[in-house]
Amino acid sequence: MTDTGFDSPLADALVGTRRFFTKAQVSDDKRSMYVAGGRSGDSFYRDRWSHDKVVRSTHGVNCTGSCSWKVYVKDGIITWEAQQTDYPSAGADKPEYEPRGCPRGASFSWYTYSPTRIRYPYVRGVLLEMYRAAKQAVGGDPVVAWASIVQDPDKAARYKSARGKGGLVRSSWEEVVELVAAAHVYTVKRWGPDRIAGFSPIPAMSPVSYASGARFLELVGAPMLSFYDWYADLPNASPQMFGDQTDVPESGDWWDAGYLMMWGSNVPLTRTPDAHWMTEARYRGQKVIAVSPDYAENVKFADEWVACNPGADGALAMAMGHVLLKEFFADSQVDFFVDYNRKFTDLPMLVTLEEGENGWEQGKYVVAGDLDVPEKDSENAMWKTAVLDQRTGQVAIPNGSVGYRYGEEGWGKWNLDLGDIEPALSVYDTRDDAVLVRFPRFDADGGSVVFETRGVPVKRIGDRVVTTVLDLMLAHYNIAREGLPGDWATSYEDADAVNTPAWAERITAVPASQIIRLAREWTHNAIDTGGRGMILFGAGINHWFHADQIYRAMLVLTTITGCQGRNGGGWAHYVGQEKIRPIMGFQHMAFALDWHRPPRHMNQTAYWYVNTSQYRYDTFTADDLDMGTGVFAGKGVMDLLALSVRLGWTPSYPTFNRSSLALADEAKAAGMEPVPYVVEQLKSGELKFAVEDPEAEENFPRILSLWRSNLFGSSAKGNEYFLKHLLGTDNAVTASQAPADKRPDGIVWPEQVPEGKLDLLTTLDFRMTSSTLFSDVVLPAATWYEKHDLSTTDMHPFVHSFNPAIAPPWQSKSDWDSWKEIAKKFSELAVDHLGTRTDVVAKPLWHDTPEALATVHGSVRDWRTGEVEPVPGKTLPVLAVAERDYTAVYDKMTSVGPLMEKVGMLTKGVPYDVQRETEILRQRNGTQRGGAGDGQPKLDTAIHVADAILHFSGTANGHLATLGFKNVEKRTGTQLHDLSAEHEGKQITFADTQIQPVPVITSPEWSGSESGGRRYAPFTINIERLKPFHTVSGRQQFYLDHDWMQGMGETLPVYRPPLNMTMLFGETPLGEKTELGVSVRYLTPHNKWSIHSEYQDNLFMLSLSRGGQTIWMSDRDADKVGIKDNDWVEAVNRNGVVAARAIVSHRMPEGTVYMHHAQDRLIDVPLTETNGRRGGIHNSLTRIMIKPSHIIGGYGQFAYFFNYIGPTGNNRDEVTMIRKRTAPVRYN
Amino acid sequence: MRVMAQLAMVMNLDKCIGCHTCSVTCKQAWTNRTGMEYVWFNNVETRPGLGYPRRWQDQAEWEGGWVRKANGRLTLAAGGRMKKLLNIFSNPKLPSIDDYYEPWTYDYETLLNSPQQQQFPVARPLSLISGKPMNVTWSANWDDDLGGAREYGPKDPMIKGIEDKVKFEFEQTFMFYLPRICEHCLNPACAASCPSGAIYKRSEDGIVLVDQERCRGWRMCISGCPYKKVYFNHKTGKAEKCTFCYPRVEVGIPTVCSETCVGRLRYIGLMLYDADAVLDAASVENDQDLFAAQRGVFLDPEDPAVQREAERAGIPGDWIEAARKSPVKRLIMDYQVALPLHPEYRTMPMVWYIPPLSPVVDVVKETGHDAESQANLFAAIDTLRIPVEYLANLFTAGDVAPVNEVLKKLAAMRSYMRDINLGRDGNADIPATVGMGEEEMYEMFRLLAIAKYADRY
Repeated sequence: MTDTGFDSPLADALVGTRRFFTKAQVSDDKRSMYVAGGRSGDSFYRDRWSHDKVVRSTHGVNCTGSCSWKVYVKDGIITWEAQQTDYPSAGADKPEYEPRGCPRGASFSWYTYSPTRIRYPYVRGVLLEMYRAAKQAVGGDPVVAWASIVQDPDKAARYKSARGKGGLVRSSWEEVVELVAAAHVYTVKRWGPDRIAGFSPIPAMSPVSYASGARFLELVGAPMLSFYDWYADLPNASPQMFGDQTDVPESGDWWDAGYLMMWGSNVPLTRTPDAHWMTEARYRGQKVIAVSPDYAENVKFADEWVACNPGADGALAMAMGHVLLKEFFADSQVDFFVDYNRKFTDLPMLVTLEEGENGWEQGKYVVAGDLDVPEKDSENAMWKTAVLDQRTGQVAIPNGSVGYRYGEEGWGKWNLDLGDIEPALSVYDTRDDAVLVRFPRFDADGGSVVFETRGVPVKRIGDRVVTTVLDLMLAHYNIAREGLPGDWATSYEDADAVNTPAWAERITAVPASQIIRLAREWTHNAIDTGGRGMILFGAGINHWFHADQIYRAMLVLTTITGCQGRNGGGWAHYVGQEKIRPIMGFQHMAFALDWHRPPRHMNQTAYWYVNTSQYRYDTFTADDLDMGTGVFAGKGVMDLLALSVRLGWTPSYPTFNRSSLALADEAKAAGMEPVPYVVEQLKSGELKFAVEDPEAEENFPRILSLWRSNLFGSSAKGNEYFLKHLLGTDNAVTASQAPADKRPDGIVWPEQVPEGKLDLLTTLDFRMTSSTLFSDVVLPAATWYEKHDLSTTDMHPFVHSFNPAIAPPWQSKSDWDSWKEIAKKFSELAVDHLGTRTDVVAKPLWHDTPEALATVHGSVRDWRTGEVEPVPGKTLPVLAVAERDYTAVYDKMTSVGPLMEKVGMLTKGVPYDVQRETEILRQRNGTQRGGAGDGQPKLDTAIHVADAILHFSGTANGHLATLGFKNVEKRTGTQLHDLSAEHEGKQITFADTQIQPVPVITSPEWSGSESGGRRYAPFTINIERLKPFHTVSGRQQFYLDHDWMQGMGETLPVYRPPLNMTMLFGETPLGEKTELGVSVRYLTPHNKWSIHSEYQDNLFMLSLSRGGQTIWMSDRDADKVGIKDNDWVEAVNRNGVVAARAIVSHRMPEGTVYMHHAQDRLIDVPLTETNGRRGGIHNSLTRIMIKPSHIIGGYGQFAYFFNYIGPTGNNRDEVTMIRKRTAPVRYN
Repeated sequence: MRVMAQLAMVMNLDKCIGCHTCSVTCKQAWTNRTGMEYVWFNNVETRPGLGYPRRWQDQAEWEGGWVRKANGRLTLAAGGRMKKLLNIFSNPKLPSIDDYYEPWTYDYETLLNSPQQQQFPVARPLSLISGKPMNVTWSANWDDDLGGAREYGPKDPMIKGIEDKVKFEFEQTFMFYLPRICEHCLNPACAASCPSGAIYKRSEDGIVLVDQERCRGWRMCISGCPYKKVYFNHKTGKAEKCTFCYPRVEVGIPTVCSETCVGRLRYIGLMLYDADAVLDAASVENDQDLFAAQRGVFLDPEDPAVQREAERAGIPGDWIEAARKSPVKRLIMDYQVALPLHPEYRTMPMVWYIPPLSPVVDVVKETGHDAESQANLFAAIDTLRIPVEYLANLFTAGDVAPVNEVLKKLAAMRSYMRDINLGRDGNADIPATVGMGEEEMYEMFRLLAIAKYADRY
């Protein structure tokens, strides 16, 4: 080509002349100009890039990312941030962790100098005026002044009704701290310490900040509110099945999987820093499946999109289980599966069948105490499950059940070593008989129960008719076997037969052929890889009312195929699961267990269900939730909660309808010890639980403090009920209260429901939120780039640090420093008003302690009805007595207390002697001089606390880990301590974490192992070292035989559809169109622009999104009601109103809308056309719904621990009407 | 032969998760300032979609880039240089602020400062241009994750001609992400458009920059750039653009967008090319031959003759070494899995892309066959959820064959590695079907999947 060139010869000439007027070098073809050197014209960018220092920090709330960041500082100003890339390696043949991060974290520095930054302390103006006047009027005593305000109904109503409506005024730290401390002192004195509560979300991403208020409040005797269950992130299926809160693989372990299903987990969006492990593992030949109702971001990466209807995932899992069980357990057997299930699951455990009036029913586990076996009279004989030994044909009692975990006889026997026993998975071949057993199904319209009977092979042992869990499961899953009676599924195409693929297709919209193929692929992969099949479980399946059932159905898939306890295998629950790796040190410091035990821990869902009066709006009975099996006939959910409380199953604060301090005084006056006094008072009915009369003023929650939290703009399910009953301000509730025939009969039901129960709401934050807006006191907090703290997560095996890039600007303080100020003032004011008091603490029966052996066979007996005696720790909560020197709270807060050396530590049932560690900490932190903490290690600074947390945990202190394993060895008789011995001399200090993220040490605090540099996967210690699971049987448990589980029809995993809101609440049926719009499912998945490390108000995120509240909907629904993209819409149901803009896309399924999570009411929210008030948040349309099976306690793995088990704040079953807004958009 | 060195980037779209971290870190570092509020040197587009600025690919409208005239000579699409000079005071081919978006903020102060009032306070959007309350109706990322949607998708210029293949219906939904920075072209139309000679290409690394002292704000570069990656700073009145983070790369650290890429999908490396061959390559007659022609301009740093010429051209020894190790070179030249964005603009862009593969097995699911078998995979590629024609419109001027070749290589790699993952011997037949050896395929796997920091940059 010879005539190439530009334009025309004339242009060439013109352009060419440029070469003579510039120092630059023009290419011969005159195409481009090159310049070397000089370049003063571009010095701007060099200047912009220059900076003075780079500081390591991270982001502190709710984010599983736990990414390490570089914060750039120039001239003392934070300029921007970028990710650190210096993580220790994941291994030579694996991708690395770098550069963990996401756009939300990358824009965090915006907050430092943003116009929404809280720079000074603020108080609600009307309250501050009253307080100043009152103080003057009463002669200067702040406590008396506070009393004079809250005891005056007019004054109280005046400041409470002003909540949220502007009018915050600037005050000083001194004044604000005094007001807050005075309110606390008054409330302890007048109502008792358990009328105060604190809420700070998930601690893993800043445990020191969490510990600040928590330590103060626990020292006072006030409960901390849980978070994991409240967020509906806790999968109750995990304690039910594994006896473990949640333990999951780190994301690096996805790489190890041969087959990966993302089920309700939109990894690129919600696990942004981890998503690359999935994209990269595909290149290793991993097959990837996405189960999602919409074409979510992760679907792009999947080999297959399984477009399952929302909430129908349980049916999909049941049908996959049907195929798997039929082909690989009934029609043929796989040695790998047989071996695994014999040792590690309850499939071979024997269950008694009971003949009732309607036929044979699934009964209880057979235990040694039921039988004529040598172990019959052994210790804990009623807690030792049984199998049939196929070698001998006789019943055998294998090691490892919970009966071996406690007491003297179990030393060395709590293990999964079967010895000579060969448990039979099935009695089919050796059956004495077959009986027709009743199995429930709930797939009818409305979810009501229908029973079907199918034949189960049985053995007769004396009078007892028994079978195995596997035999029950096969019948339950509707898998016909030759010679067994009953109506069975005839084929996979039998759509009327429950649990078949064709049946599931009708419910899920997933083709039966796809279900069958996925089940086979999943199973073949498990066989080919030795259990390297993994399912990522996400919020899309976990936030439903019946999520535990969805999960259990899915866990069948991961467990019976031998995938649990493997690298690259098993369940990977990624829903708010935050692993505080140094959990032991954290728990002891945050809950002040070094000074007082036990702590007050409250499950938050029940707390708000009761205290925001949401139970009053239950227009159904508890029997409508078991859908008619009758176990809860005539009861309200509140009745069940009250029962659970009085049997000590679940915590309850405020506990009694009298002050816990007053009870001790009364006992003294009566000449009795506090505990017997309380028991006597309860038995006589003189004393009641507060939950039995929640609308009486003596039972109100009085003070709530929030830090690291935006309860009112985010997690408050039933947000409008909070505004109405707790705060007493404007709200949008239009729901009706329960009619007389639906009310609970065991609690007091006054006609008038109080509004504004709470006296003081305090929030510590660095930005404005709904919570600060509604608060009476707002304290300016340091951001995450302005303090010292720690960060850990499940998603990677490191601990790393927060460090201040700048000092807290204006008048902001770190959480630790703020709470220290409050503690100091509180202690001063306590001198005159409190002194030392005796506190009667009620606590539920705890998991991982012998208290969990309270209910034999899970058979429920109520002392109230005289079935049993009220005995603390057995049929009542544990009652303990604490001496609280209220004048010494500050001293205690700032020093490590004496219980560490006197009693030691206990975590997950493992004891630790820490005299040596306390001494080391004295040297590291220095020793406190004078006061209550004289001679104890210092906890003055955040770094002191961080070092205490690290040092008191086996994950950061190899000596402790090894000590703990040696203690476990005594119980299990299997070798464990070598897992941490490689790091016995390693002590990770805070200073280490400032240099680089530091890998943690394998510790008994967790179930998996990082030893030798392997990726973390849960339960590998259980599987490889034969350590039992913390369940009744010691195995992974498919069968749950508690009375209430039987009554719920949920002994085995079963498909339960989403709640029917039309039946329960009279909402418009789904899909119906009225003049109010169209009725749709209302889901609140996580938001791409405001999750975890970030909030919705950040300008960068608003600029990259639609700039305000939005609701996603399908074009098909939009067409029905004339909505176009970006139109203003209103979503209205009985709980509240949302005014947002619509995002219309065909990627959304018809019939479902998404209002992404955490869309606060602060940004561009107009007044609604429905009620002329400010529109609500995503949780304005939801409310709390308690599932009765979540409040079971006192029975093996069904025993309480903080965030371990409990009712979830589930929110996915809700529906709403949605319509286009017609009234003009107004803001004021 | 005149050897020159060029810093180049490859983005593996098959790994892009659309998180926009790159956009945010770039924005924070470079364009978070007055006059530049609407500017994103790096942006991420959901495709199908309209992009930023809206419909930037519609060169019938914007007249960016070069066109080949009947006589074989290149001319700027917006008109020859004479026309440029004559129209210097009225440039009609500029996207308006509405095509980008009207940047905004909020009256955040209201939340804290409101006196006691009837309603809960709220922060309303305020225009960053006028300072007045506004309704937000468009942004730099308005159609994020929509998969196009009925309202926007059909207006995507890339749909033209394949309307029958792209349906905006639930069952047919597809989407992927396209992160974009300046292409630092070998034949930059922006530079050629500049009447002031303010845009230059750095001789040592080919980074295209605007000299802030020489720029007179004519904005011809904005029209000339077919990628619309030169922006006007409304405060200084000068053009600004992605600098390939030269203050960073000069000291040996990757660009901000690369180092912060959470998907780990960006590779930076040096390419050697023959500067004398560029114009001829950019002038080949057929649009679909352009991408191969551009590949032909690149020089093999292993070739002793090239090394000699490079040395003669003053390229330091360690740069030649860098070119040999360049991951970008491996992806573009050795494995040939990276493709240029819109070669038909004839600017010889130097940010290349590996097209997205997934979802692939989706389409064979009905067959009941082993979805991982390479035979099925290859059959499936022709009926990908993402129509291959759409990808071809982006990367190969509409020629589906090269796109198919790349997708087959990716599919073959997965298939080959499956055996190794399961502890079996690798099947040499699989790489052979795509013209690769086992070792080569394994090395490609390591570069794409394991992708250590030191291997990406």
